[in-house]
Amino acid sequence: MFRSNRIGARWKEPLTFYLLISPWLIGLAVFMLGPILASFVLSFFRWDMISPAKFIAFRNYQEMFSIDPLFWDSMRVTVLYVLFRVPLALITALALAMMMNQKVPGIGVFRTIYYLPSVVSGVAVSMLWIWVFNPNFGLMNGMLGLIGIEGPGWFSSKEWALPTMILTSLYSVGSTAIIFLAGLKNIPDSLYEAAELDGASKIQQFFQVTLPQLTPTILFNLIMTIIASFQTFTEALIITNGGPANSTLFINLYLYQNAFAYSRLGYASGLAWILFALTMALALYTFKSSRRWVYYEGSE
Amino acid sequence: MANKSKPMQISVFLLLCAFSAVLLFPLLWMLSTSLKEPHEVMSLDMQLIPDAPQWRNYTDIFEKYPVWQYTWNSIYVTGMNIIGKLVSCTLVAYGFAKFRAPGSKLLFMLLLSTMMIPWAVTMVPLFILFRELGWYDTFLPLWVPAFFGEAFSIFLLRQFIMGIPRELEEAAKMDGAGVLRTLWSLVLPNLKPALSVVAIFSFFNTWNDFLGPLIYLSDPSKATLQLGIQFLRTQFNVEWHYMMAFSVFSLVPCLIVFFFGQKQIVEGITLTGIK
Repeated sequence: MFRSNRIGARWKEPLTFYLLISPWLIGLAVFMLGPILASFVLSFFRWDMISPAKFIAFRNYQEMFSIDPLFWDSMRVTVLYVLFRVPLALITALALAMMMNQKVPGIGVFRTIYYLPSVVSGVAVSMLWIWVFNPNFGLMNGMLGLIGIEGPGWFSSKEWALPTMILTSLYSVGSTAIIFLAGLKNIPDSLYEAAELDGASKIQQFFQVTLPQLTPTILFNLIMTIIASFQTFTEALIITNGGPANSTLFINLYLYQNAFAYSRLGYASGLAWILFALTMALALYTFKSSRRWVYYEGSE
Repeated sequence: MANKSKPMQISVFLLLCAFSAVLLFPLLWMLSTSLKEPHEVMSLDMQLIPDAPQWRNYTDIFEKYPVWQYTWNSIYVTGMNIIGKLVSCTLVAYGFAKFRAPGSKLLFMLLLSTMMIPWAVTMVPLFILFRELGWYDTFLPLWVPAFFGEAFSIFLLRQFIMGIPRELEEAAKMDGAGVLRTLWSLVLPNLKPALSVVAIFSFFNTWNDFLGPLIYLSDPSKATLQLGIQFLRTQFNVEWHYMMAFSVFSLVPCLIVFFFGQKQIVEGITLTGIK
């Protein structure tokens, strides 16, 4: 393909490189960088796709921060969800990974079962949760009823909807668990043997060997889970559609409503940038703080 | 961890079983509901195994609702995504793995950082773009971008290609083989495991995608399975035993891919975490 002698040997390699990656470069410009820029510009306009766009400077952002109560509702819901979901998801995933790492007969079958829920996602699982947490005929309240507890309204209760959303989201932490499992397997056995010789109990070994050795993996999973949790949308739209009383109005859902139900494309773009800034700020803060708590071995 | 005592092992085993039960029960409940009669669904005794499994619930949904249409739409969009990603990501990953050029390191960093961009940021302009192109209410916005690469798959393939010994290619270069021929005859045969990881992830992402079809499709006959489920619930107010049958049906392909591709999936995820 590039055997022509007219192209100097010096230019051959760079040219080949750019030709090979050209599909991605075009995609990057058209589907990523262009839209990012457009969305930023659009956030300073008022536009409903019908009448001409009108430049309104910072008014979209002013409206969010000083007028729109729904914006603050959506911020509160999203931030609360992230704050509770991220640590719970990491702890659940680590617990799953430690169980997957046991040396017992049939561990392969257990690993399959533990990972299975994270591949069954999408709308079907949201339907399942609506059904399982149905206040009248659902499995959850049925089982609570068996032991004499009258269950709450779950998704239909203003107080319980968000906690239930967090609870059901833990069902799909399998991928995070697999990454933890790989991290656990990388810890040299010699470290545990040394700790055992020192007379450390299993619990001490966990805190003195497992956790410090696992910190790079924890950092990776932490950042990925933060980014993913901020993006919650499908479950919110399908299960509660933001209700009851906006108690599950995630920022992505509010943004979607603004764009496609109220035709406020400028305002929706502004919301997207607030979400972007918030996600990046928290991810960067986590990354910066990691210098203080992530343990890197000298040899690596 | 040597010398584990017998009682310890047994209690660990029981714990593993208990956890498995918790994870599997919701799925079994879904299956159970899908095989019940309407009056059983709305009863308060928690019966996991229905008295007489109603397998006809599954044939009913196909007769009453356009489930085949939804399925075909899903297969089409998913298939196009897999093809698009396999072709484009292989080319791009080969470029990043084996060729140096001014700016190549910077571009690779850019590639990785695009994985952190929330979809909400590009959603509105992309919608406008595709609408202006006249692609609204067609499948095009759902698969055309796949032919322009995707960061995660490119990264994954690049890692694999880097592991292919250089000597092979040097030999090919001596032969005077062109870049594409080297890629086709030397790199691709060694890349099969990684390509299947890309295909599997692409399958899951597209098959389970809800937002894309929700935004770009409006004609009910164009709905994918994911959009179709939501559609049946909101428009037809479909009963629960049918809803669960439909949900189970939409999950079956995922389960099949999972059971056959489990090893590749785990390898793929592990690779991203370890880097």
